[in-house]
Amino acid sequence: MSKPQKTKKILITLLLLIGLFPTIWAVWSIFSGSLMAKDELNHTIGPVISGREGMASWPLLPSYPTLQPLTELLLDTPQFFVMFWNSFKLVVPSVLGQLLFGTPAAWALSRFRFRGRKALLAFYISLMLLPFQVTMVPNYLTINSLHLMDTIWAVILPFAFSAFPVFIMTKGFDSVHRSIIEAADVDGAGYVRTFISIGLPLGVPGILSALVMGFLDTWNAIEQPMLFLKTPSLWPLSLYLPRIAEEKLGVAMVSSLIMLLPAALIFLFGQKYLVLGIQSAGVKE
Amino acid sequence: MKILKKNVPREKVKYKDAKAAFFFLLPSMTGICLFFVFPFFDTVRRSFFDVVGQNFAGFAQYQSVISNDSFQLASVNTAKFIGICIPILLLLSLILALLMRQIHPKGRRIKTLYLLPMSIPVASMVLLWQLLFHDKGIINTMLVQSGAESVSFMNSGAAFWVLVGTYVWKNVGYDMVLWLAGLDGISESMYEAANVDGAGAWQCFRYITIPSLIPTLGMVAIISLLNSFKVFREAYLVAGSYPHDSIYLLQHLFNNWFVNMDISRLCAAAVLLCLVLLVIIMLIQKFLQAED
Repeated sequence: MSKPQKTKKILITLLLLIGLFPTIWAVWSIFSGSLMAKDELNHTIGPVISGREGMASWPLLPSYPTLQPLTELLLDTPQFFVMFWNSFKLVVPSVLGQLLFGTPAAWALSRFRFRGRKALLAFYISLMLLPFQVTMVPNYLTINSLHLMDTIWAVILPFAFSAFPVFIMTKGFDSVHRSIIEAADVDGAGYVRTFISIGLPLGVPGILSALVMGFLDTWNAIEQPMLFLKTPSLWPLSLYLPRIAEEKLGVAMVSSLIMLLPAALIFLFGQKYLVLGIQSAGVKE
Repeated sequence: MKILKKNVPREKVKYKDAKAAFFFLLPSMTGICLFFVFPFFDTVRRSFFDVVGQNFAGFAQYQSVISNDSFQLASVNTAKFIGICIPILLLLSLILALLMRQIHPKGRRIKTLYLLPMSIPVASMVLLWQLLFHDKGIINTMLVQSGAESVSFMNSGAAFWVLVGTYVWKNVGYDMVLWLAGLDGISESMYEAANVDGAGAWQCFRYITIPSLIPTLGMVAIISLLNSFKVFREAYLVAGSYPHDSIYLLQHLFNNWFVNMDISRLCAAAVLLCLVLLVIIMLIQKFLQAED
């Protein structure tokens, strides 16, 4: 490689790294803010949150790192555990439901050739393209007539039947080579056995993509719990967090870190599948 | 039907496959019909009835929605938001994708870091957002120190631009990955042939890359449009149900009508929104097919 070319590459890499600066700053600040003592937080972010005099400032590092806010959160804030647990009670059944209902549907759409298959796939795609504002009324009407309002099922069930994971997994199954499935067919394995012993293992990348995206989507959900859950004791962390900020800054800072952790872990271990999942929408049939 | 079993007539396999497909799809379709399709018909029906849901009211609900001041404000804001955000986002993410392809393959790992914003929960960001954009926040501190006037970001028209920035920041990685998939789909041999013919880098870009990316453009545009409805999360958590007028979006309106249990008007508004989105999506697809 010639020298100017190499310099060009290095410059572009630097440019792309600079583009990441806001993201890195945000993650870093959540971390370092969680290690800040109460006094320091009051001084730095207090003017913004609790209306103290003066202007906000934000040091790159806490002047003396401490676990005091963390211990306060763990020992003196029992509501926090309730909310954290609430988040999982919404997210885990939603994602499991997406897999339970979604994988067979995706397998059917990918594996079988039947009349109306294309139309059905188009139906799933149009459904996944509708924003929550369009589907909230239909969701509500059913939830209400099933008397599920203000129960966690009001949030879980519409998520569990999302069309998006079906679409991603269909694309995932599509990329499994046909000859492998044909071999199983020749073996005379039944439909269910082919699905479980051949389809599921081979479709793992697509399933993981759906899992990662489903987790991030439900973990970050605001609208659904806000509208369908009236009782604050059912609320997930995402709704509760902005409320504690005004009273307990340190606790709020640590909570935002803890809110971030599961999503960050899923991102860390699932980034390959996240990319795969996003790509599957971009690739034309 | 490519798979043929020995001694089984083609038609019979097809029929059996269709039957199996039906059972595989049954759980998912049951839920979708129950939570989306049937109640959607009910939504359309209700939009033509009066508030109690008993008497046919024609287009009265629609008229009430369209003549509503908040609805007009929210529609204009949402349209403006989408009209400004999406071109910026599409261009910026395309530039990033093109740059990403220039660098060493090992360096390309940083592309997943661009996806990190979409996994940072809004609730985690709220404190930082306020820290940055509050009247007494960091940006204003810096502005004042450098002798400029401070800006009231959350209580002025500037709120709109803060939201635009947030949306672009959150979605640029997602769109970049889509563009990269599109760019990977262009066959190397086209560029090689063009190089043999003496085409320069710009000509290659203009006559090979851009035309080949048109199908991707449609998908990226549609996905960006739908993701734009999610900025409500930031707007709501930072500014509440009634933010500054410049960022009062359709999502706020839907939310507030829901909280007030104004269901019949909400039905009409949902049907309208659905129709408008459908038309936009169809226009995008038609326009891009014509280009093909």
